[in-house]
Amino acid sequence: MTLFKRLAPVVFAVLAAAGPARALDIDVTSFKLDNGMQVVVIPDHRAPVVTHMVWYKTGAADETQGKAGVAHLLEHLMFKGTPKHPDGAFSRIVRANGGDENAFTTQDYTAYFQKVMKDRLPLVMELEADRMQNLELTDETVLPERSVVLEERRQRTDNEPAGLLNEQMDAAMYTAHPYGKPVIGWMSQVSKLTRQDAMDFYAAHYEPENAILIVAGDVTPDEVKTLAERYYGPLKNKRPTPERLRAEEPPPNAERRITMSDPRVSSPNWQRQYLTPSARQLSQREELAMSILAEIVGGSNQSRFFQTLNIDKKLAAYSGAWFDADQLDYGSFGVYASPNPGVTIETAEKEVDAILSDVATKGVTQAELDRSRNNMIASAVYVLDSQDKLARLFGVALATGQTIDDVKNWDRDLSLVTVDDVNKAARTILDRKASVTGVLLPEAKSQ
Amino acid sequence: MMTMPKSLRTLLLFIGLFVGSAASANAFTIQEVTSPGGIKAWLVEEHAIPLMAMNYSFKGGTELEPAGKEGVSSFLTGMMDEGAGDMLSAEFQKKRDELAFRMSFDAGSDFFEGGFQTLTKNRDASTDLLRLAITAPRFDAEPLDRVRQQFLLNVKDKEQDPPTMAWQAWMDEILPGDPYSRPDDGTEATIAAITADDLKNAHRHIFNRDTLQVAVVGDITAKELGPLLDKVFGGLPEKAPEQPRLPEAKPAMGPKLKVIERDMPQSVIAFGTEGIKRDDPDFIPAFVMSEILGSGGLTSLLSEEIREKRGLTYGVSYGLSPMDRVGLYAGSLQTKNESAGEALDAAREVIKKYAEEGPTQKDLDEAKTFLTGSYALRFSSNGAIANQLLGIQQQNLGIDYVQKRNALVEAVTLDQVKAQARRLLHPDRLIVTVVGRPQGVK
Repeated sequence: MTLFKRLAPVVFAVLAAAGPARALDIDVTSFKLDNGMQVVVIPDHRAPVVTHMVWYKTGAADETQGKAGVAHLLEHLMFKGTPKHPDGAFSRIVRANGGDENAFTTQDYTAYFQKVMKDRLPLVMELEADRMQNLELTDETVLPERSVVLEERRQRTDNEPAGLLNEQMDAAMYTAHPYGKPVIGWMSQVSKLTRQDAMDFYAAHYEPENAILIVAGDVTPDEVKTLAERYYGPLKNKRPTPERLRAEEPPPNAERRITMSDPRVSSPNWQRQYLTPSARQLSQREELAMSILAEIVGGSNQSRFFQTLNIDKKLAAYSGAWFDADQLDYGSFGVYASPNPGVTIETAEKEVDAILSDVATKGVTQAELDRSRNNMIASAVYVLDSQDKLARLFGVALATGQTIDDVKNWDRDLSLVTVDDVNKAARTILDRKASVTGVLLPEAKSQ
Repeated sequence: MMTMPKSLRTLLLFIGLFVGSAASANAFTIQEVTSPGGIKAWLVEEHAIPLMAMNYSFKGGTELEPAGKEGVSSFLTGMMDEGAGDMLSAEFQKKRDELAFRMSFDAGSDFFEGGFQTLTKNRDASTDLLRLAITAPRFDAEPLDRVRQQFLLNVKDKEQDPPTMAWQAWMDEILPGDPYSRPDDGTEATIAAITADDLKNAHRHIFNRDTLQVAVVGDITAKELGPLLDKVFGGLPEKAPEQPRLPEAKPAMGPKLKVIERDMPQSVIAFGTEGIKRDDPDFIPAFVMSEILGSGGLTSLLSEEIREKRGLTYGVSYGLSPMDRVGLYAGSLQTKNESAGEALDAAREVIKKYAEEGPTQKDLDEAKTFLTGSYALRFSSNGAIANQLLGIQQQNLGIDYVQKRNALVEAVTLDQVKAQARRLLHPDRLIVTVVGRPQGVK
């Protein structure tokens, strides 16, 4: 969920599958300010530009019961003003200084960023530090913005059958844990959120010790340290940050299936997600074995899915697999297939199950492992061309309980993964009881 | 914002081009390289990371597709990595994955574009494969039928996608019968009928040296680039077969309202009029004018009124879309059905007031500082720079454009902007298309 869509950030799934290769040795420095705020600096001197991001280790999964969507509403409201910079001055100042800006909210973190010329770095730090503690909201600004968020929900979810299905799949996947409610919130709850709800969430979570500053671009760690101490250093923690204790999922005892028909759907679509541990609960080697499993099953045109579903049996036009453990509490392993015209969902699903069952019982080959690992390492280098993507890589890792070393050791840990590791990952993950299957079907038009 | 059809994508390129140009802020130098074989490219050397990006394009996109073959250029983009020379599809893709190069194609309405990225250590082998792909693509039956299934699903999906429907209807109203208003990816009927010969024919018409433009950024020297250009592109024919020159497109004038009834909670609204082309002498003042009114961010006049004050939409934008044979001026917003009439009326009101009064000096000054100050942000990665440089070449703006551009924006006066607002804004003549169950629209 972002403040506005034009500058929507890259999809994190892309980063989950790729990471920087160690041979490239990313130049990254990290330290903490006295108030506990973590600082990460990633120099890139190719252009006189910096990306400045503040990540709060809080998101939709930290909302209290009945207030679904308040983390994301607050993200929108953070642009409304402070006594020093009132009436939406934030965006006007950034714009007048030639800056791009945006913000995004997920289940576990909320991030704000600006991309500016390097000499404007002090300015955006001053603005960002100001709104960390001095946000001022009135009903006159909150209520129209709440309407904007309701329109955002209609645009992304209610107008999109695939969006509605995904929301229902999440709700079915999580019986107790808050990942089951959408980041943007349920319509019935968002439409009742108040100024006070937003201020309560702000007061509870927006503190320097709960924030990470990431600066990537044409700066040195010393320059950032001096500026960060000047602008963020004086901020005091007003209260202890609440512990992130979320309800644990009970053991998954039954597979779930969500079927949705809608006249707006043109062709049938099939997908399934399996609940997995999150990255911080796994060793990086275990996590990477799961990533390789996704690559082998459906990550390229050499994958099992593509070779069987798309080429040999001509059942699917699109197919694939992915793994994303970059959340605090749980991850997901996903597979999908869009059947060719004339092929039923049942036929495609049967073949998918046969492939998955074969992987889980007979395992993968050394050749598959080597090929997938090489593909992953070789293409990871492209992340170096983008300071935004590098900054996000570290932001996501730190905000979900991983470490800078995890990111830096990515290729070393990848090289350790064995066929046994991947086979163990397959046996662990591919348990239908821990899965939700989603089917999207066309329906005769109502008009 | 809604996804635009390809015929309107030039708008986005154009914003990319124009949003930014602190001349002094750009540390890089653009070299013009001519290969021994006479192929020209713009090069920015950047040796900090071992990567190279190359963007290139050929004139003539979807608008030159023969009648009945709509979608063949898009189809071609899907076939370019499905085997080349003696290498069948699987072998080609396996090799590509091993070498970890990236290759992409895009069929726009005026240009057919290619993108390519490689690691320095694999550059020779990767460009061997690129050469093979663009000079000798195979169109074997197996991949052809497989890719056809994908395009059939895409076409069906787009025919039901509300934003695509709204834009398609808008293009049909403003440029009825013109090739620009064809569906980007063709129809189920045309895709079902496309043959290997059709693809060969499209490839023969598009891939020619005479309209080739190339931008290269990254870990390569001018001396190394010359032979690389000859290797990759030298095998292409010099000229395309004779093609009919299409006449200028003639936009229809509103007011016109077309509603496509669909059962969904939010209405998708497209609106606009004729615009201007990139070679219009007043293009830059007109662009500054349009940025103040309807750029995609939070601070445009339309966004302030419809999003910030009234809370009626997640996003509204309204901008110039210059193309080769016509200029359009197109906008969009989405709002719940109940407020469709109010949002559209509010948009008309804002446009009317702006047409009559123009911006304040403060509005203009702020727009200029944004446009000039943010230019350098568009040049912060190899891929981004290559994209910018190719766009500048396509628009014939000259190799010194990056250096000149901020001064051009700085020179725009309040009177010029007011004159362009009067000239280009016609709130009473808008063509409006709506998909949904809108209430109160007129």
